[in-house]
Amino acid sequence: MPGTRGPVPIPLHINGGQRDLTAEILEAVDQEAEVGTSTKFPQIPQAEIKAALDRLASRSMVEYDTKDREEVALTKEGEEIASAGSHEYKVWDAVRQAGRLSLKDPSLAGANAKIGQGNAFKLKWVKKDGDALVSLTDSVQDATREQLQCAKENRTFQDPKVQKDFMKRKLVVPQKVISYVARKGPKWAMEMPVEVTDLTAEMIADGSWQTANWKPYNYKAEGAQLSGGAFHPLMKVRQEFREIFFNMGFTEMPTQRFVDTGFWNFDTLFVPQQHPARDLQDTFYVSDPPEAGPPGPDPATDEALAQMDDQDEQDENDSAPASAATRAKDISSKLDYQQYFNNVRSVHQDGAFGSIGYRYPYNDAETKRLVLRTHTTAVSAYVLHRLAANPRPCRYFSIDRVFRNETVDATHLAEFHQIEGVIADFGLTLGGLQAFLKRFFRKIGVPDLKFKPAYNPYTEPSMEVYAWHAGLNKLVEIGNSGMFRPEMLQAMGLPEDLRCYGFGLSLERPTMIKYGISNIRELLGHKVDLGFIEGNPAVRLDRE
Amino acid sequence: MPTIGVNKADLYKELGKEYTRDEFDELCFEFGIELDEDTTGVEEPAQLKIEIPANRYDMLCFEGIAMNLNVFLGRQSMPNYTLKSPPSGQLETVTVSKDTAGIRQYFSCAVLRNITFTKARYESFIALQDKLHQNLARQRTLVAIGTHDLDTIQGPFTYEALPPDQIKFAPLNQTKEMTGSEMMAFYDKDKHLSRFLPIIRDSPVYPIIYDANRTVLSMPPIINSNHSKITLDTKNVFIDITATDKTKLEIVNHIIVTMFSQYCEEPFTVEPVKIVSDHNGETRETPDLTPRATQASAAYINSVCGLAESRESLCDLLKRMCYHAKPSTTDDDILEVDVPVTRADVLHQADIMEDCAIAYGFNNLPRNFPTTRAATAAALPINKLADIVRLESAMAGWAEVMPLTLCSHDENYAWLNKPDDNKAVRLANPKTAEYQIVRTSLLPGLLKTIRENRRHAVPMRIFEVSDVAFKDPALERRSRNERHFAACWYGKSAGFEQVHGLLDRVMLMLKAAFVTREDGLEGAAGVAGARYWIEGCEDPTYLSGHAAAIYLQLGGRKEAQRIGTFGILHPTVLKRFELPFPASTLELNVEVFL
Repeated sequence: MPGTRGPVPIPLHINGGQRDLTAEILEAVDQEAEVGTSTKFPQIPQAEIKAALDRLASRSMVEYDTKDREEVALTKEGEEIASAGSHEYKVWDAVRQAGRLSLKDPSLAGANAKIGQGNAFKLKWVKKDGDALVSLTDSVQDATREQLQCAKENRTFQDPKVQKDFMKRKLVVPQKVISYVARKGPKWAMEMPVEVTDLTAEMIADGSWQTANWKPYNYKAEGAQLSGGAFHPLMKVRQEFREIFFNMGFTEMPTQRFVDTGFWNFDTLFVPQQHPARDLQDTFYVSDPPEAGPPGPDPATDEALAQMDDQDEQDENDSAPASAATRAKDISSKLDYQQYFNNVRSVHQDGAFGSIGYRYPYNDAETKRLVLRTHTTAVSAYVLHRLAANPRPCRYFSIDRVFRNETVDATHLAEFHQIEGVIADFGLTLGGLQAFLKRFFRKIGVPDLKFKPAYNPYTEPSMEVYAWHAGLNKLVEIGNSGMFRPEMLQAMGLPEDLRCYGFGLSLERPTMIKYGISNIRELLGHKVDLGFIEGNPAVRLDRE
Repeated sequence: MPTIGVNKADLYKELGKEYTRDEFDELCFEFGIELDEDTTGVEEPAQLKIEIPANRYDMLCFEGIAMNLNVFLGRQSMPNYTLKSPPSGQLETVTVSKDTAGIRQYFSCAVLRNITFTKARYESFIALQDKLHQNLARQRTLVAIGTHDLDTIQGPFTYEALPPDQIKFAPLNQTKEMTGSEMMAFYDKDKHLSRFLPIIRDSPVYPIIYDANRTVLSMPPIINSNHSKITLDTKNVFIDITATDKTKLEIVNHIIVTMFSQYCEEPFTVEPVKIVSDHNGETRETPDLTPRATQASAAYINSVCGLAESRESLCDLLKRMCYHAKPSTTDDDILEVDVPVTRADVLHQADIMEDCAIAYGFNNLPRNFPTTRAATAAALPINKLADIVRLESAMAGWAEVMPLTLCSHDENYAWLNKPDDNKAVRLANPKTAEYQIVRTSLLPGLLKTIRENRRHAVPMRIFEVSDVAFKDPALERRSRNERHFAACWYGKSAGFEQVHGLLDRVMLMLKAAFVTREDGLEGAAGVAGARYWIEGCEDPTYLSGHAAAIYLQLGGRKEAQRIGTFGILHPTVLKRFELPFPASTLELNVEVFL
């Protein structure tokens, strides 16, 4: 069996099995101390000889040197002269045979005959007699032919001047020839030994591993290709963010509602009903189902939240804690959704909670329009309203899909992922939000932040978060943040002194910046390259 | 966010300094606007394209940007806008007909006397109206502005609503007189105006403004008359504003007159107009330039900003943001704050607090984050469950993909040989047919992913654990998401047993034991854990005789539920997704394991 691992595969035979070149080389080296391949194997192409020698040399059975040699080879004209004689010889021979040869004889026509005539005059072999040629000698020595014959045999000229002259006359051309000189190597053996490529159970059992002839491993090749599974790169980045949130004490919000209502997605967030974000060009509206129900508790969301609520305190006091479903109901029973709706309406329409409001006629129908949520802040609003049942410091986050009715291009898709964080506490300050964001972004390897005043309907103050981008050599916006407006929080029934940070960024944008991806469609959606998914390194946001 | 182009040289002259790009960037950053582009070298004269927050209507023109920055820099104080009656003492009057109530009922008005336009001022005046129409006025639906050369018309004026054919005048830049209906036809092809036509087109009456001689001023919100148009030489400007929104009506009036009254002979004075509108109680003189008096708590401002500034220094900060503020003499916490009419964005003391923070410098605020660890880190249960399935699938050698949630109706139904089950959420206004519904199955996304990766070596093994959505009339949102797990094997042979093997592996990891159908149906008395079985089924998505339904019986329960299917995809499905090789898929609902 030819080896499949190691330096070079070993075909045992070449030329259709007629001849084993490696065996012939071994035989030759056994007989002679130095074997010149060009003389020993003149008919075999140089590449085949080298392959055979490499096979042997890689096992240290033989060693070899490579010889570069310059040779001359006869051109077609040179070959002709070597076999039939030089041009001057041909002229002299024709004259001799004819005795007297007319200058108009056809044998004296042609370029070569002209050269031959000239040389024959110089050598005093022939002379002109009227309009004919006559011979001056009975025998001649054709030196040109002899020299070429000699060069053909020896592949070289003794006199370099002659070689130069012949090259000029285009009778010979130089040629580079590689040949090898082989001799016995340190592990000289007459036969190709059996080679072991891997350690087997049998070898351990019978002890043959101790004497085994190991085939050398090729350290320049890659290992075997594995067919492993892979996580999607964006999900890997998502997981990094989740771990940062968990590390900072955040609870994950239930975001399993792609469809939300105008009320939760906009009105609760104090986004006025005429705000451009609510235009058809920006928001996906749902045609079927046609209309939402009135605002109320969402049992699935409440139960998931109750499951995650910190139960330590209850466990200490109560031997059999209530089920999550029971606790969820208990919490939602403390909330008056109709009152909340009325509060939202009046803070938009008439002003309330210290705000003059937007003072426009509030349209209840707008609140019932179903939309694909444009941000997961809609979920934050639900969770914060639930907090009014038991106002306390808390931290929530979510990373999930949001939808915008965008025209798709390299940086925009109709859906993407929003990372959202919410912190509620008493006595929060704006500088505290900056300090928090610095900590947060340092964990993803973004050290220096700058904060720019901005506008957002549901936060006041609002801050855009900027970081220095070394590649672009400028500040780039990496996220949005702010403190939720009193109009939003107090309408929920939260106490005036409970303040609330909100911040958000997309999952795709930092991923694209980090990995130098310029087209979002290469990251999310069905056009993503599977090879990219399989070959994407582990995500370590804290390291560069 | 609106972007305003301003003449660079003029702005720097107004700001009294030749800024470098970095210096001006810095100033914008601190104030909360953004220098988008400097057209130096691209355009003559060079412009600065400045992005303005969407609620700062007072910065939609050169005059507003220059004024706000100068006040912020302390180079000028906030102007004191005053009303000034004409020398005759007789205010212009507009009488509003009650017929307007059905179409565009609110009217406001102002006169700028002895104004001096230059080319730049005139262009800025026009551009501001455009910006207001686009932004605050929501493409003229809420508010529309008309401006007129007062010397070409004669008060008193009337604002009426008439049938379109009784209206006849030559619209702006036209010489031919047209009726209202003719104008609708005439402007139907107009690139700029055609989009405003639907606001009134189908109404039986159109809004129309006349002078004492029945000369038309304008037909809001479409067009002014050519007769009264303003020019560079206009000295007295009559401004009409009509609206369906009372609040925005006055905001627009305030912005226009405050921004341009500085070019009047007596700067910052505005001549009011008397509006007679008894039918809806809107009789008044407009505009009312009185700043809105409000209060803000110094303790609140200091607390949110993390500062300990005196009331006096807070007032100084507010001065730089265009407020007039002074400490209350009756309450030692309160600031008496006058919010100028230009600052329509100020709704709450939170806005005043933010302006203090901006004037102080966001990046100068003390950065103290409370160290209380308030909440518990907790992962959402459905995400924890999904992560188990994801991890096991990846460990079994499958690659995770993330197609989109939205898809076409055909991809979700017809291409899978499925009839429309009326469970999918449909979109009302997608821009392309790619986004017609929210998927009810993960399969279309998987198959599209394979299609786009056809050059990848086979077999391909991919999976996704993600949400689909279904209509659900019992819920407030009338729909719910459901977390699904789906996988696809694609190769030279169909790989039915491969997806089956993946199912077994995932079930094993979720502690569901494999049983035969017979054992399963017999019931699970005394069995604590979950059990699953599969049985052959006919499903048009799959090749006949090569599909199975997956049944799950939760611990201790007798009833089982069908949670999904798997099988060899039907060749017609492969053809529709342009897949030349066979494939097997698996899809199931993982929420049952919650």
